[in-house]
Amino acid sequence: MWLNPSNPQLNRAGELHHLLTLEGLPAEILRQILDTAKSFVGAKVKKVPLLRGRAVFNLFFEPSTRTRTTFEIAAKRLSADVINLAIATSSQTKGESLLDTVDNLSAMHADMFVVRHSESGAPHFIARHVAPDIHVINAGDGRHAHPTQGLLDMYTIRHYKKEFSGLRVAIVGDILHSRVARSQIHALTTLGCPEIRVIAPKTLLPAHVEQLGVHVHHDMRQGLKDVDVVMMLRLQSERMQGALLPSAEEFYKYYGLTEQKLAAAKPDAIVLHPGPMNRGVEIDSSVADGRQSVILPQVTFGIAIRMAVMSILAGTKAK
Amino acid sequence: MRIHIKGGRLIDPGSGVDAPRDVYVAAGKIVAIGEAPNGYTANRVIDATGLVVCPGLVDLAARLREPGFEYMATLESEMEAAVAGGVTSLACPPDTDPPLDEPGLVAMLKFRAKNLNRAHVYPVGALTQGLKGGRLTEMAELVDAGCVAFSQADAPLADHQVLVSALQYAATFGFPVWLRPQDAALARGGVAHDGEVATRLGLAAIPVCAETIALAAILILARHTGARVHLARLSSAEGVAMVRQAKQHGLPVTCDIGVHHAHLTEMDIGYFDPNSHLVPPLRSQRDRDALRAALADGTVDAICSDHTPVDEDVKQLPFAQAEPGATALELLLPLTLKWAEEAKAPLALALAKVTSGPARVLGADAGHLTPGHPADICVFDAERYWKVEAGSLKSQGKNTPFLGLELKGKARYTLVEGQVVYEAK
Amino acid sequence: MPGNPLPDAEQLLKALIEQMRPAVGPETGLIGIHTGGVWVAERLHQALALRVPLATLDVSFYRDDYESRGLRRDVKRSEIPFEVEGRDLILVDDVLYTGRTIRAALNEVFDYGRPGRVQLAALVDRGGRQLPIAAQFLGATVQLKSGQSIELERDAAGRLRLVLREGGK
Repeated sequence: MWLNPSNPQLNRAGELHHLLTLEGLPAEILRQILDTAKSFVGAKVKKVPLLRGRAVFNLFFEPSTRTRTTFEIAAKRLSADVINLAIATSSQTKGESLLDTVDNLSAMHADMFVVRHSESGAPHFIARHVAPDIHVINAGDGRHAHPTQGLLDMYTIRHYKKEFSGLRVAIVGDILHSRVARSQIHALTTLGCPEIRVIAPKTLLPAHVEQLGVHVHHDMRQGLKDVDVVMMLRLQSERMQGALLPSAEEFYKYYGLTEQKLAAAKPDAIVLHPGPMNRGVEIDSSVADGRQSVILPQVTFGIAIRMAVMSILAGTKAK
Repeated sequence: MRIHIKGGRLIDPGSGVDAPRDVYVAAGKIVAIGEAPNGYTANRVIDATGLVVCPGLVDLAARLREPGFEYMATLESEMEAAVAGGVTSLACPPDTDPPLDEPGLVAMLKFRAKNLNRAHVYPVGALTQGLKGGRLTEMAELVDAGCVAFSQADAPLADHQVLVSALQYAATFGFPVWLRPQDAALARGGVAHDGEVATRLGLAAIPVCAETIALAAILILARHTGARVHLARLSSAEGVAMVRQAKQHGLPVTCDIGVHHAHLTEMDIGYFDPNSHLVPPLRSQRDRDALRAALADGTVDAICSDHTPVDEDVKQLPFAQAEPGATALELLLPLTLKWAEEAKAPLALALAKVTSGPARVLGADAGHLTPGHPADICVFDAERYWKVEAGSLKSQGKNTPFLGLELKGKARYTLVEGQVVYEAK
Repeated sequence: MPGNPLPDAEQLLKALIEQMRPAVGPETGLIGIHTGGVWVAERLHQALALRVPLATLDVSFYRDDYESRGLRRDVKRSEIPFEVEGRDLILVDDVLYTGRTIRAALNEVFDYGRPGRVQLAALVDRGGRQLPIAAQFLGATVQLKSGQSIELERDAAGRLRLVLREGGK
């Protein structure tokens, strides 16, 4: 059950107990995570003893080498023990139920579960059913949220742009299916970004997306005009099969980030991408490798953010 | 057994009576209302002071889970739940395992139900074999075995050609066809209403047009074939508007809504609560308000429970994977009363939606209190609060979005054919 | 403030500087512990005209009360802009109490390398040690009643002041 009925992520003292989504988290908590991450970025001593003796279980129901590796590195830099569990799920296989899996793992003295799952809401489900002193971190659930990615994107923006209060940010690509986009939008809104634009064809936008507080653009040149930050999303090849788009080529022509299209943005605009990139589909190599790209630093910041999240969570009590 | 129900407020929506009247029962029938018949002596007097006496509730959709899903619930447990909820007649959908597409299965179900001596069970037969949406079932044989109508439950038909044939065949015999309007392709993979909540939570969505496009086809073909069509579980403002218009143009369709849709919206999904995963999905506030208005103005003929008891194992899962549906036989009465109170509608109007209205759709001798007819009666306490929890529900299914909440209104006595089949402690 | 029994921080600072002057050299590394220790270390570093740049340490990730109290809110990045290996170091803190902060600082410093020698300079020692730790350079010893604590404050002009708090740690 939830410790705090009005917010499943907090304990009754308002401290962060689970990280499931950026939606509904106060700005103060987001800033605490960013500030704590700062102390890990560029630190000469990579490993600190903070989580020694604690066990972090990576429950990846959806495979992902990149994300799992960054969480593993982050946990190890905090001196935690890491157990990786790759759990194949199939609605057809009537094996151990999710609840039983979670119960069994809880009994193994885990302190923290890092969960990636293909179903939206799975980390909420797990958090609702684990013992009260176990912390759950959402490493990506369906289309719903990818909070650590959203946070590292915010860290990246803050690193280069200092303030959110005057920024124009554009998010480009498959918003409909993107948990990263939803997390980015919540974070930007909470941190005070005054103008968030989404740029995509209608088939890749969810219903009522404006109600998330974003401006919708279908024309990329219009949408990128004078923006400070361009956040590109990955386009999955399945979208062509699902009759949402005719081809990668047409998508690239109208929604791919080229140097020409990027020129509409401010000259000092930065370009982000959560990775892995489809070069030549959503982004041109010359932009991905160009002077405005901050895609590589994002990866460094990603480890620091995850260390910060784990540090804060592991220290809060189930009250 | 001669039973005198004394001192209650009689509400019989069909005849328009809402007054303090006593009811006299003998030999399974109502023998008089108001004044005792000459020489009548009761074996039992039920003190109905402060209680409402109304026709036993008629529920157009209650899954009893037999045959095939006995691990979720049994005829025994769900029939107990029905009468505990004041329901004396219920129609059960054909999506059992195997589906009700064979006369033998229907006969067995009716036999089992009758032996339990609880509510009357009216099986709805499968419209197509195996509910696969292709070949028609032997509708005439199924009616002989006891089916009152035909339905696909939530399974799609292969294409409009099958729909036309099915309606024409049913129309040949005058058999009613109950259809839930949903376009399979547009709804494919969806688990929540295509609105703000699904967008925020990243849930695959079912747009309103999945209902309205299917509804348009059904309405056109109902007129074209002359079949008696009942539209089941409408969920959208546009949907009820289309039915309102069709009725105004003289099409003899009827429709119902699930009781949850009169109250809940997409917001009730909250933090991915699987108890709010329903079919059709809970839609927007605007849709809910339109459904409520359609109840008030008569566009919607009946409220049903859409009772779907579900095993914990298949319900306690991430939202999209959770088996949809809610246990609701025992909530039909209090939730109908809740609507009446919130809409400031007369109690008789509300009760009509669960008595005379559905009885008319069913074509059964039920949902009214008339001397000479079976004594199917519900005596309830409209003011009694009770908490919805596992312990207070007789149904084996404890899956309800109202779990842990308090509702107002509970059956005190339920009579079926003049016998007290339920009595509250 | 009426009846303030605490010594003047600026006076203590002068005393500390004089104690440390003969003990520091061109290779001495001064390390201030956030936050009060950094303020004191900045003043010491300037007054002693040390050649080696000032280091600052945030011991939040090395504290032993993480299990019970969680992570502090305003964690800062530790910066040690010199080679620790073989060097003589002086840790600087404002108030020496249980000794646990110094233990955490020692652990953190040793993660950077093996120092030649480590000494401790503190503005105030309030007693109550729970570990065998002592300051080689000390401004003053203070006796507190139970429930009291001392904190160092710095005003806009940079002047240091000790204040008494009731209901302390």
